[in-house]
Amino acid sequence: MSTGRRDDYHVMQSTREGGNVSERTPAVRMEHLTKTYHSDDDEDKTALADIDLTVETGDIFGIIGLSGAGKSTLVRCINGLEDYDSGSVKVRGREVKDLSPAELRDLRRRTGMIFQHFNLMPSRTVADNVGLPLRGGGRDRASRRARVAELLELVGLTELADHYPAELSGGQQQRVAIARALANEPDILLSDEATSALDPTTTRSILQLLRDLHDQLGITVVMITHEMSVIRQICNRVAVIDQGVIVEQGRVFDVFADPKAQLTKSFVATTSNLDKVRDLMAADSPLVALHPGQILMRMSYVSKEVSEALVSTISRRYNLDVNIIFGDIDVVEGAPLGGLVVRMGGDAENIRQAMEYLRSRNIGIEVLKS
Amino acid sequence: MTSLLTTWFPNVMSRLPEFFSSMVQTLVMVGVSGVISFLLALVIGVGLIISRRDGIRRNGLVFTVLDKLIDLFRSIPFIILAAALVPVTRLLMGTAIGPKGAIFPLVVGITPFFSRQIESALAGLDPGYVEAAESMGMTTWQIIWHVYLREGIPSIIRVTTITIVSLVGETATVGIVGGGGLGDFAIRLGYQRSMNDVTIATIIVLVIFIALIELFGRLLAEVVEH
Repeated sequence: MSTGRRDDYHVMQSTREGGNVSERTPAVRMEHLTKTYHSDDDEDKTALADIDLTVETGDIFGIIGLSGAGKSTLVRCINGLEDYDSGSVKVRGREVKDLSPAELRDLRRRTGMIFQHFNLMPSRTVADNVGLPLRGGGRDRASRRARVAELLELVGLTELADHYPAELSGGQQQRVAIARALANEPDILLSDEATSALDPTTTRSILQLLRDLHDQLGITVVMITHEMSVIRQICNRVAVIDQGVIVEQGRVFDVFADPKAQLTKSFVATTSNLDKVRDLMAADSPLVALHPGQILMRMSYVSKEVSEALVSTISRRYNLDVNIIFGDIDVVEGAPLGGLVVRMGGDAENIRQAMEYLRSRNIGIEVLKS
Repeated sequence: MTSLLTTWFPNVMSRLPEFFSSMVQTLVMVGVSGVISFLLALVIGVGLIISRRDGIRRNGLVFTVLDKLIDLFRSIPFIILAAALVPVTRLLMGTAIGPKGAIFPLVVGITPFFSRQIESALAGLDPGYVEAAESMGMTTWQIIWHVYLREGIPSIIRVTTITIVSLVGETATVGIVGGGGLGDFAIRLGYQRSMNDVTIATIIVLVIFIALIELFGRLLAEVVEH
């Protein structure tokens, strides 16, 4: 990565300045991070192997992997809930392993965390749960109460302040947990499968809330998930982890448009229904039957620079019948991503020219059947 | 009514003041040794929980010492333990008989059991609560106070009820080594002098005691749980 050297420079500089974090120090930087679980009887299990990863301030960074891939361990190295054997984890420019217990607690107060099962304290009301991290922080009761009210308003739960967690829905509980995680005004939020226990509608609203908080408060978010749709909805950068190794990382759009690793491809495929066309072809479905002179083609958006009405352009300019059979287009990082499966009919030379034109507009073309 | 009782429980009715003072002695023994061993058991139970392998202050030495001590004391039958402790009791309390002499062996006898109960009550807490507390930057003391002890209250009430019931049983046992209370009353008169009505009256009172303890414990647990 071309910015690597610049980041190093800033890390060194901020360290020299006694931990004063400049804006360009990455929020989290992991280098050669390795962790092995030792057990008495079994052989050792490598949880993380040589992880290199940089989360820039302001990122919504997604870490995706199957269960047991090591992503939970990875995120817990950031706030010191897990220790590590070798390599480096720097948060706001400071090595986590070198922090004193008091410094580690300070790091945790400035780094919120939310969990799959919310982990709210059942014996406390919503307001008391949200106020819990404020205890012992030198605030008086009135100031704590004011802050709690502010936080509950932020997540839209003001009227539930005096309820107990057991009386709330999953989505509401996660909102409480988010408010609690934000109590001490952290600049980093860690999310451990925060939507995995929620239904799709609630998942969307929680992700939207995280997105809004990111935009509003400028908080850096590191989220781990096993759902590519979560990454697609709110992340700007993604790392794919498989058995403790990062197999691919980059901007979300690029990874979706052109996944390299096999695991990434299978994750990306889960978010799109375009592959269904292959099942239809295998089953000789009338949906994909062709008349003479027609072709079945898949068009994929692989670049951010696509904004024209391509289908109508080619049908007008090359006098073709373009019939959309499948479509799956989402907006990722503000650009369309996904593709269409179309049946095109017309003069063979015109079809060839149309394909030429599409390629020149950075559209991926794949002829499925002709 | 009184005449009926006099017919059925002649030996109890002729010793009513002694019977009542035995009840009071039992209550005092249960109360005092219960409170002392509750506090000790909280300390030991919390010590076990935080020092164990996945505890927040993992410490193999502390855990092993506490764990083995509990096992050691729990493997000694209480009546033998109480007899063995007589010299120490005399040294500490000035006497080894009566309710005063019973409290020390009762505390030693019940605390290991109580500690295990507290440990298992706290071990039943969702580890996610502790992890959330750690992620907030809480100190060890804050986690003990705000999470383990606070969130553990319903379970702590439940195991305390169980333990107090056992403790009532043990106060009867110390009667054998001269501890006073209902146990002493029943053994001295009911058993050694074959006054069956004394034994039966004692049983009735103890059953009522225990029913009340269970009832109170259950109500309390229900009130604090959300």
